[in-house]
Amino acid sequence: MANTGTPLVEMRDISIAFGGIKAVDHVSIDLHPGEVVGLLGHNGAGKSTLIKCLSGAYKADAGEIYINGAKVDINNPRDAREYNIETIYQTLALADNLNAASNLFLGREIVSAGGFLDDSAMEAETRKIMARLNPNFRKFNVPVSALSGGQRQSVAIARAVYFNAKILIMDEPTAALGPQETQMVAELIQELKKQGLGIFLIEHDIHAVMDLCDRAVVMKNGHRVGTVNVNEVTDEDILGMIIMGKKPPQAV
Amino acid sequence: MTDTPTHAPQGSDAKLGPIARFIRDTELDTRMLGMVGALLLIWSAFHFYPIIAGLFSGNGLNMGAGLFITPRNLWNLSVQTSMTGIMATGMVLVIITRNIDLSVGSIVGVTGMVMGIVQVNILPPMLGLGSPVIWIITAIIGIILGAMIGALHGWLIAYRAIPSFIVTLGGMLVWRGAAFLTADGKTIAPMDTTFALLGGGPTGSVGAVGSWIVGLLGCIAVLWIMQAGRKSRTKHGFPQRPMWAETVLAILGCGVLIGAVLVVNAYTWPKGIVDAYVKANPDVVVPEGGLQISTGFAIPVLILIVVGILMTILMTRTRFGRYVFAIGGNPEAAALSGINTKWMTLKIFALMGLLSGLAAVVASARLNAATNALGTLDELYVIASAVVGGTSLAGGVGTIYGAIIGALVMQSLQTGMVLIGYGDGSYRMIAVGVALVLAVYLDNLYRQKTK
Repeated sequence: MANTGTPLVEMRDISIAFGGIKAVDHVSIDLHPGEVVGLLGHNGAGKSTLIKCLSGAYKADAGEIYINGAKVDINNPRDAREYNIETIYQTLALADNLNAASNLFLGREIVSAGGFLDDSAMEAETRKIMARLNPNFRKFNVPVSALSGGQRQSVAIARAVYFNAKILIMDEPTAALGPQETQMVAELIQELKKQGLGIFLIEHDIHAVMDLCDRAVVMKNGHRVGTVNVNEVTDEDILGMIIMGKKPPQAV
Repeated sequence: MTDTPTHAPQGSDAKLGPIARFIRDTELDTRMLGMVGALLLIWSAFHFYPIIAGLFSGNGLNMGAGLFITPRNLWNLSVQTSMTGIMATGMVLVIITRNIDLSVGSIVGVTGMVMGIVQVNILPPMLGLGSPVIWIITAIIGIILGAMIGALHGWLIAYRAIPSFIVTLGGMLVWRGAAFLTADGKTIAPMDTTFALLGGGPTGSVGAVGSWIVGLLGCIAVLWIMQAGRKSRTKHGFPQRPMWAETVLAILGCGVLIGAVLVVNAYTWPKGIVDAYVKANPDVVVPEGGLQISTGFAIPVLILIVVGILMTILMTRTRFGRYVFAIGGNPEAAALSGINTKWMTLKIFALMGLLSGLAAVVASARLNAATNALGTLDELYVIASAVVGGTSLAGGVGTIYGAIIGALVMQSLQTGMVLIGYGDGSYRMIAVGVALVLAVYLDNLYRQKTK
């Protein structure tokens, strides 16, 4: 892909340490509209930590974040949402005791003129988006704790998609899913990509990365090993980067 | 109403018994039904205990049947429940967010003492004894002081990351000590005469006409809420309750309200107070057989009802309430959704403190005195009320009405034990303790079954 324009997101020289351990050490990544960038690496390589600096869950110790070329300050999840950054966390981050609509709108509830929650409107909107994402979804009036893994996942995805995300972060979105639901997520990623969203995909499955991503960033021990265009490399090249930190010649 | 869809017919419909179908169609909360059932069971047990005991001891009916389900006792019960009930509504929020507040009894003590000093020693010289604004200034000072103490606890818990158990355990000791120091252990009495009305008592009640107004307003509110609910469901095309279920609910709701009015109006002023009233108002004509004055709802009960309604609106209709539940369900998810969980925690404890201050108003007014022991051990009854009322100590689950019913259950046990002759602390405490453990156990069974 020729990405010559201004990147949608650019994280420059990000560092963050926890109690002396450098979880992320001077890492830079970027993302363009309509692009899927995979983030790979062992557990503890720093992928999730890096991306949490973008979603507002952590604040980077050093480094800068640019959205559409403008420097931004992301101090908390609310700031990230202001910039249309939506995140699907590995843990899904759902409040188990609330129903699908309450989770979907958590922190951004629809309120009536008097400032009171409009639960009916929220449920109606939830029914609309779920009809698109997961037409079999019926359990609107039960706490999400009563839902299956796939249903919970679709609630988390609906939450990210509903609010017109421009930048989507997906942290192992298919880890808890069966083959059919995994396929559904793959199709969704393709569709969102067509709509011009930029997607960061944290993923362990090399095949999924080769299928879905345009570029892949490999991290190891808090450092960036390299970035490759997936159509220029093989599975083995990427595995070599992940396991041995070996940078193939095509990588930048 | 043939054009609106009712519940979609379900394949399992035939298998449901009439009761299950009734509950499904009326959408009544089965847990609430269970609690109300338990309450009625407790009431009947205490009411008929003297007869049963009499039969066993051979005394027959000499023991005198039924002191419990009488207008006088039910009226007293309502007044006694109001103080615990007011605080239990706040404890629900605290427990839902996986915290605990052990300091509420001591906050009642210290705010009660401060209010006593303010209305007896400070305000009368400034405003004149019996000034009509003393009660309101005093109450506001007490409520604000309670909120400030709660906010301090909340700040320590949220921003200094000290466990709520420790902060409020410390608070329990600190504020009880402070209550003693406020007046060097002296009891302050009597209260301002207007202030004392807030504690209930025959003169601190709204009378027959006032009670009917309250009851009818309540009925209008019930019907309006049901109508609004139907409209909202129609607007979004959600299934409606069948019309017969709506009718049953309307009759039930209004029936309970009107029944309550009839009960409190059936309780008339005791003779001594009527005599004093007649003496003070010589132009009152006393009819044959003595003057009968209906007491009606006591003011603290009305305070509890207003608090219950406001807290229910807060918990079910506002963002604040939604965030309380979200924090209880998954604190991390709540934070990732952009909810400021620390600020929420501070506000929840401030609200708990505010309600403790309000409870102190009721308690000291009812006692017509401020003592440093006011509210001792109340924290335990308040927590027990919330838990008996279905609030889960694991967090995330609880209702305001449940906590109020829970408070009523706890108070019924205490009052009932006195009425059947076990009033000396020890048996009463055993009964209350057993009931608490049993209630939580039954709740566990209920949850496992409905899962």
